[in-house]
Amino acid sequence: MRAALRSIFKRTYETVRAVGGVSFRIDRGERVGFLGPNGAGKTTTLKVLSGLLHPTSGSVVVNGFEPRRREAAFLKGITLVMGQKNQLIWDLPAAETYALNRALFDVPRADFDATMRELADLLDLENLSTKPSRQLSLGERMKCELAAALLHRPSTLFLDEPTIGLDVSMQVAIREFIRSYNQRYEATVLLTSHYMQDVTALCPRVIVIDKGQLIYDGDLRALVRKMHPSKLVSFTLSGPIAPDQLERMGEVVSSEGGRVVLRVPQNRLRDVVSHSLAALPLVDLSIEDPPVEDIMRQLFRRDAGPGGEDHESAAGGPLG
Amino acid sequence: MARPPTAASAAPIALSPWRAALRATPTLLRVGVAETVAYRVEFVIWMLTTTLPLIMLGLWTSVAAEAPFARFGQREFIAYYVAALIVRNLTGSWVVWQLNEEIRRGQLSFRLLRPVHPFVTYAATHVSSVPLRSLVAIPFALILLVTSARDIIITDPVMLLILIAALLGAWLLTFFVLIMIGSAALFMDKSVAVFDAYLGVFAVLSGYLVPLALLPGWARAIAGWAPFRYMLAFPVELAIGFYDSRAAALRDLALQWAWVAVVIGLALAVWRAGIRRYEAFGS
Repeated sequence: MRAALRSIFKRTYETVRAVGGVSFRIDRGERVGFLGPNGAGKTTTLKVLSGLLHPTSGSVVVNGFEPRRREAAFLKGITLVMGQKNQLIWDLPAAETYALNRALFDVPRADFDATMRELADLLDLENLSTKPSRQLSLGERMKCELAAALLHRPSTLFLDEPTIGLDVSMQVAIREFIRSYNQRYEATVLLTSHYMQDVTALCPRVIVIDKGQLIYDGDLRALVRKMHPSKLVSFTLSGPIAPDQLERMGEVVSSEGGRVVLRVPQNRLRDVVSHSLAALPLVDLSIEDPPVEDIMRQLFRRDAGPGGEDHESAAGGPLG
Repeated sequence: MARPPTAASAAPIALSPWRAALRATPTLLRVGVAETVAYRVEFVIWMLTTTLPLIMLGLWTSVAAEAPFARFGQREFIAYYVAALIVRNLTGSWVVWQLNEEIRRGQLSFRLLRPVHPFVTYAATHVSSVPLRSLVAIPFALILLVTSARDIIITDPVMLLILIAALLGAWLLTFFVLIMIGSAALFMDKSVAVFDAYLGVFAVLSGYLVPLALLPGWARAIAGWAPFRYMLAFPVELAIGFYDSRAAALRDLALQWAWVAVVIGLALAVWRAGIRRYEAFGS
């Protein structure tokens, strides 16, 4: 109560640096995953890239334009999809939003018709465009949002949580759509998502930021290898073997009823696999990377600052 | 990042912003009308709440029944307040609430991502509500024609043309003052409070509450210099024949449009300064 009264007369403002020291370059046609915990600065960065926020310092160039100037030619080349926001006119059918965007982006009628046919086909928009947006389910609405955001055929897509709240099959459909749009138009995609599946399925390259700082930029698999220089080798045995035989091959993660999971360092992987195939009574064998979620959890924990719980950080080398 | 787009076959043909806006206008208006129609019931109720002139009309006509007040007899009061109601009906808008809401919830982002200036898209929405507004205004216009007020409303074609220009000016002036107040929400949490204060000043100095001729001398002097009278009193007085000469009407029309230019300039300045601070709330 006292604080509330005091704030009537004296407000204290704190300047928070949302993003700083984040530098990267993305080439045409790349699909890049933008990762980081909540509040890391992902959305802020996407808003800067699409010209909504004006950075206080630093330089940003997208398709040769300075985004904050929001020139028409720049806006016609990009789109920003925000999974938690709607641009569809709530009480009118999505077709009206499409018509509005067609006019505002000055898309010629023939191009618009062709794009809409393609989008309807890729997104399975049948019958959705004529219902008032408020009557659409979350998944249906996201499909229509994507169509509205892409009907001017932008070459650069900023996608902020495009699959949030969607069920698994819809997530897969949206993911497939993003991939085919990227391939069909050689479009550049920068995507954030809380669903690691989106990133692993779509993005060969990831940029990881935390507390507004860039902490990794590169190949997703290389990141996994760097953080966890071992693989999980799983196999099923058709008969018994000596227990020490398994321990010689690697760290036993689990061994139950013939089903074995071993953690094997990268440099020994080839030997272990060929030995298993030659000497063990195998039914099947598979090699997997540790789940990316684990890697991320570990990455953000090690970055928690001095004194942070980084007892697991010995697993990986320095990043950056 | 990537090189300039080539795959985007909906290729951006370089159009000037104004030509682009002009080409988009028919669709903007059509969608705007569809939106107004979707909210028709709320819309009509909202318009019917602007009945202050009718209350004032009742008050003043009973006063004037005893003796005329300055140049106002019953006939003049009826003409004045009915005309005021029509002008207010045609020129008012809810763009302050719209801007406040869109800024607070981050929906403004979508307007900013489209290559036509948000002023144009807001204007289109509000212009497209005029046809439905006219439906409400028509019964009141009939009052002007069937009562004794018809003896004083203008019929001179030149004055009618000036009246049309004055109505357009009043619309633009009101719209851009409201845009300016709405844009202040980029600096403060809610500029609707500013709007409430503005409405008080507007009601007195625009002639909405009381005809300016009936204000005390000092208040009349302020009203003469301020822009508010050009939003309401000027077109109303024109319509009900208070201007004795075309020259006087044209002089005020010129002043009105000068104010329009000033207010558009101010609205753009507030907007440009504010948009740098826009935080695009919400993820």
